Amino acid sequence: MDKVQGFLVGLGSRVTDRLWRLGFAARFFVMLLVYSGQTFLRPHLLLREIWFSGVLSLIIILVSGLFVGLVLGLQGYDTLQRYGSSEALGVLVALSLVRELGPVVAGLLFASRAGSAVTAEIGLMKATEQLKAMDMMAVNPLARVVAPRFWGGVISMPLLAALFSMMGVFGGYLIGVVFIGVDEGAFWSQMQSSVDFREDVLNGIIKSFVFGIAVSLIAVFEGYDSIPTAEGVSRAITRTVVTSALAILALDFVLTSFMFRSL
Amino acid sequence: MPADSLVKISDLSFSYDNRPILNGINMDFPRGKVVAIMGGSGCGKTTLLRLIGGQLKPTAGSVKVNDRIVHEMGHDELYDMRRRMGMLFQFGALFTDIPVYDNVAFQMREHTELPEELIRDLVMMKLNAVGLRGAHGLMPNELSGGMARRVALARAIALDPMLMMYDEPFTGLDPLSLGVIGQLIRKLNDALGATSIMVTHDIQESMLIVDYIYFMSEGRVVAEGTPDELRATKDPFVHQFLYAEADGPVPFHYPAGDFSADLLRVPARG
Repeated sequence: MDKVQGFLVGLGSRVTDRLWRLGFAARFFVMLLVYSGQTFLRPHLLLREIWFSGVLSLIIILVSGLFVGLVLGLQGYDTLQRYGSSEALGVLVALSLVRELGPVVAGLLFASRAGSAVTAEIGLMKATEQLKAMDMMAVNPLARVVAPRFWGGVISMPLLAALFSMMGVFGGYLIGVVFIGVDEGAFWSQMQSSVDFREDVLNGIIKSFVFGIAVSLIAVFEGYDSIPTAEGVSRAITRTVVTSALAILALDFVLTSFMFRSL
Repeated sequence: MPADSLVKISDLSFSYDNRPILNGINMDFPRGKVVAIMGGSGCGKTTLLRLIGGQLKPTAGSVKVNDRIVHEMGHDELYDMRRRMGMLFQFGALFTDIPVYDNVAFQMREHTELPEELIRDLVMMKLNAVGLRGAHGLMPNELSGGMARRVALARAIALDPMLMMYDEPFTGLDPLSLGVIGQLIRKLNDALGATSIMVTHDIQESMLIVDYIYFMSEGRVVAEGTPDELRATKDPFVHQFLYAEADGPVPFHYPAGDFSADLLRVPARG
């Protein structure tokens, strides 16, 4: 009986802890939005964060995009040529990338590269009392440190996803047209006629924007809420990567089910 | 309360999750003086500084700065007060992503519209005051512990504060750096016409530079006086603390049961 009671008490306390943390995160998000004005009034703060989150993530995004495109080209050609429609390779590569793989894989990479870095930076600033010092200097850390990093991520993410898709399409072109010899005109013209800007490209951009908000919010929140010790910061970084990945995949399912209802 | 007190603490109590940290504290910090708060680790000294700075709210009593109750201040008024405060953190808390120069210029850029040429002159003056003008281009990770503390001091006095707070300014410093920081605290206080509150457990250095000392233990003020008064006192707590005696009113042993009973117990075997 004691074991059952202990289990229920443990479960209840864990659930209330999670709910409490969720509430704290929601309140944190509202405060973050309230203190975001300064970020846009002082563009150098924002540009610095776009540099760190966006520009420094370019290498991993571009290289990964290229490889994903190369693989899509190989796999797609292998399947399509069985049905005699290898000219549709361009459509397959482009639709796969702009609708799904671009936003999702770029989001996962962004969470691992930039999200973890943001959590580590804010967590270490907290652990070394830099945030407290800033607060004592009458400078709000939410406005000065957290908001620019959040918006830097939100702005960078759709651009990175677009570049990922672009490199992917280029990879598909390299494999399909340059190496295998699919007709170049068919590759591009079928892609042009079958990929709809609003239905496919715009929806992909909306997805990457939503993922950018989710990953950036998780990253800054985990850093700000981390336990100010070496172990606490390392756990916060792990939580950022894991929670971001789950959030991206779950949000992708929800967004896809709303966006492509005709399916 | 003396008419010239900058900070007055009245019947102040504070608890973390029902665990009492401070219990009915009364203190006065007269303008222009350097006052030390001493006591063993974990007696609530740093919590007291955070209450004065408005980072925590008391569970009872009040802290008045410039005749205004800190925990009743709104956000803007609190930040306005903090602009006139400087705080030196235990390990400096320098911003590690920007060089020494930008650390010292940080508050000037955040809170004033001064042109960059004037900020440069002010930063150099502050760094010169702590003897580190030549280190303005270094990054915080290139500084020794003592240098980092001096840069943090230059940053804390950037806007000529009326109140300086020091949280364990001597921790981890070699004797030379310790003496330099001690002298700087006194000289800067007198030069700025500020009031300083120094939380420390470094007896010898503090006795040389402070005007008044409060001793704390278990969240209460247990003794107070000028350095000369405390040296002459017969109070057993002060005596134990001043002469670093291992046992006394502050017991050497953490509360435990009878030692012989512990020794005689046969360990359980599995």
